[in-house]
Amino acid sequence: MTSAAPTLLELEDVGRDFDVSRPWLNRVIEGVPRQLLHAVDGVSFAVRKGETLALVGESGCGKSTVARLIVGLYAPSRGRIRFDGVEISDPSTSAATAGMRRRMQMIFQDPFASLNPRWRVRDIVAEPILVLDLLKDKVKINRRVAELLTQVGLTPEDGEKYPHEFSGGQRQRISIARALSGNPEFLVCDEPTSALDVSVQAQILNLMTELQARLGLTYLFISHNLAVVSHVADRIGVMYLGRLVEIADAAELFARPRHPYTRMLLDAVPDLEMSGRQRTPVAGEVPNPLSPPAGCTFHPRCPHANNRCRAEKPILVWRDATASACHAVDEGRI
Amino acid sequence: MILEVKDLRIEFRTRHGTLVAVDGVSFCIAPGEVLGVVGESGAGKSLTGTAIIGLLEPPGCIAAGEIRLEGERIDNLPYEAMRRIRGRRIGAIFQDPLTSLNPLYTVGEQLVETIRTHLDTGAAEAKERALALLREVGIPAPEARIDHYPHQFSGGMRQRVVIALALCAEPRLIIADEPTTALDVSIQAQIIQLLKRLARDHGAAVMLITHDMGVIAETADRVAVMYAGRIAEIGPVREVIRAARHPYTVGLMGSIPKIRVATDRMHAPLVQIDGAMPRLNAIPSGCAFHPRCGKSFERCRNERPEPRPAGANLTACWLYD
Amino acid sequence: MNFQGIWNNDLAYSFRRSPVAIAAAVLTVICIGGALLAPWLAPQNPFDAASLDLNKAFAPPAWVAQGAADYPLGTDDQGRDVLSTILYGARISLGVGAAAVLFALVVGVTLGLLSGYLGGRIDAFIMRVADIQLSFPAILIALLVDGVARVAMPADSHDEIAIPVLILAIGVSGWVQYARTVRGSTMVEKNKEYVQAARVIGRPPFAIMLRHVLPNVMGPVLVIATIHIATAIITEATLSFLGVGVPPTRPSLGTLIRIGNEFMLSGEWWITVFPGIALVTLVLSVNLLGDWLRDALNPKLR
Repeated sequence: MTSAAPTLLELEDVGRDFDVSRPWLNRVIEGVPRQLLHAVDGVSFAVRKGETLALVGESGCGKSTVARLIVGLYAPSRGRIRFDGVEISDPSTSAATAGMRRRMQMIFQDPFASLNPRWRVRDIVAEPILVLDLLKDKVKINRRVAELLTQVGLTPEDGEKYPHEFSGGQRQRISIARALSGNPEFLVCDEPTSALDVSVQAQILNLMTELQARLGLTYLFISHNLAVVSHVADRIGVMYLGRLVEIADAAELFARPRHPYTRMLLDAVPDLEMSGRQRTPVAGEVPNPLSPPAGCTFHPRCPHANNRCRAEKPILVWRDATASACHAVDEGRI
Repeated sequence: MILEVKDLRIEFRTRHGTLVAVDGVSFCIAPGEVLGVVGESGAGKSLTGTAIIGLLEPPGCIAAGEIRLEGERIDNLPYEAMRRIRGRRIGAIFQDPLTSLNPLYTVGEQLVETIRTHLDTGAAEAKERALALLREVGIPAPEARIDHYPHQFSGGMRQRVVIALALCAEPRLIIADEPTTALDVSIQAQIIQLLKRLARDHGAAVMLITHDMGVIAETADRVAVMYAGRIAEIGPVREVIRAARHPYTVGLMGSIPKIRVATDRMHAPLVQIDGAMPRLNAIPSGCAFHPRCGKSFERCRNERPEPRPAGANLTACWLYD
Repeated sequence: MNFQGIWNNDLAYSFRRSPVAIAAAVLTVICIGGALLAPWLAPQNPFDAASLDLNKAFAPPAWVAQGAADYPLGTDDQGRDVLSTILYGARISLGVGAAAVLFALVVGVTLGLLSGYLGGRIDAFIMRVADIQLSFPAILIALLVDGVARVAMPADSHDEIAIPVLILAIGVSGWVQYARTVRGSTMVEKNKEYVQAARVIGRPPFAIMLRHVLPNVMGPVLVIATIHIATAIITEATLSFLGVGVPPTRPSLGTLIRIGNEFMLSGEWWITVFPGIALVTLVLSVNLLGDWLRDALNPKLR
């Protein structure tokens, strides 16, 4: 992937807060103030046409929220999201937004919850065709559904069945078929394989790469698993406590991780080759996102933290094709 | 040997007929040894663990085989006798640390109660032991945290408490069923280290049930790979991971993504095993893996292979006959 | 689904295994059948003033001395055959009960769905109304609705509107439990990924509620409705017993019990006891059926 490919999706300083306050009556009686959770804070990145950008991080880092902000399940509290140059985060341009939204679809994590249990598979797959008004003729719709099911490795006869008759991997294939039936250019995949067994995960990952090559899709791939990401991603963004801490080409990130958190994540990946490679033991846990540490939120777990890290929030600094938000990297300490 | 399982067969007798969920599983675990039991969902690994603890729920039942704990048969004990063994001689760690702890009691109360149920100690002594256990599993400032409730702990710390709870009575056997699955990667690594250290220090036998080969590679001494209720391959962890013999193990290892970045755009596809684990009511004849196996031949379809030596491993595959 | 499929599904299996459910179902079917077929089964039309004969009043049941074979369960103070009045009465009781439940169900499910899916102020408003209503006993609300309707309508139309008013009164007092249940399940379903998928596809909210959420929240509603039919019949009987329900000219089981109550101590026990037995049987069997359905549909109890 050359960097010359045009930008398809762009996030600019996007933030999203959730109100996690107690109910009004409790607040008044107990005298506690409103409480906001900054699930995503000041996140900026761009996805180029035809590439796979992966977002990785541990639970609570905001990666799934970013996915939901992009497809419009949440509205951003701050910042701008642009798709193909058109702003889709502004509610006042809803007609233009809707036009852009048709071009993206989402694949969800839980194959047991993402399909309506009372619908036949063919109705599930046909839903985007009907809602987006892509085909009118019933025969054409049936033919298209059969084609989609075949494309994801199922048979057209499977369309007559209900979701509970399928295994987790097959359901994820149905999910993919549904996402593809709207003819999207851009797919947001939120942990699409983390609920699956490894051998099934391999099938789904291979299917997704194959579909990308065949249909020229662009992926935003959300995962907590760096090894999975290394198989699909062209570029990788690492998130920690709602912020993007590093973004780089996949090869560069694995070869020369910059941010101490990225290094820690890489060290936590089990040594399956049993090569006995040298690893620093991981320390500490993700702090409570309701009261994040001052300065760099990673400083309590960081072996390189100094006074500046404890006081001043680092910003994402670009160097060539790589960006990281770390004072120690900036100052050349690591 | 602390644990010996011989020809274990677990059946579910339902109105649709009898389903065999675990069939002819044999293994043993020595003191201080960690045996990893790995397999995909439906392989019967958790059921095997549940049967050993004696917590199989009807309609599931042990239909054949025996389970011995330090030479004594425990698969046919009455409920009350088994209850005394659980917690005392077998400790259990489950996947979800939140549901393994009672939210209404402090961790100290739960630890002290468990200690006093199984060991003949006074209250003060039990509290001392509870503190020592919390310290051992790496809870910082145990004197303060002993009076906290489970919800005041983070996920990783909670799992440490659960491990302390399992260790209360110095059990000879610890069954850990997916102990790290609900945890984040960075916490997972810490818990793995802890489990490994505890098994060594206490000389207990550990049966580590997981779907995650990475966890096995980091923790286990030996590993048993299960498929459709049977053991496909069992052997020293290094051998199984680096020189798997059974085609299922080979496929499984190949399908695990490893960090390996291609320099150009095209990523090499992962090895994939086509098809899916058979359902319990449709387990194929002969070798249960033969319909998905690229190397199957006539005999695989008709005759069921038993685990037999192949290199350092025992492999249930006719290729090595 | 073919017969084989129905026979073998889990619900049918659990039904076949439960003697209580079978007995309850048989009784319910007899009651409903008797009520529906009243015009053909009943020896007499008790609403037909011409066929009544005051000389035949207070005839005891057939097996008692002085009993007449024409009136197996005896006659009441106006010479009406008690068996016939019970069959016709059960018809009215069941009809009012079912209509009230249907009314409560439609209102409750609609409001619960809106409340749970849209949330925010709409949810707060609907649920506060429900809370306020729950702080009054159902029978009080029914009495209130009935009273208001009586004042609002001209006196000569009272008998005609009595039954619709009764249905409205019982229905209004019952919608809250549907709304609360549906709201709860809707809030669970709304966060499931299939609903989010429909939102990403671009389905408008009302289509999602109707096509995706509604079919998935109806299970518990059916259980509540079955049990509610029994409660509604009881409420109707209570209101009629208190004299604010259906008029004595078209008596329901409750009205019959009230009429008979006056003669209870003067020896004509059959006028009140037989309608009472009919009411208990009907309510008990519907209730047992509802209990079984709840247990059979609850995977945790299986």
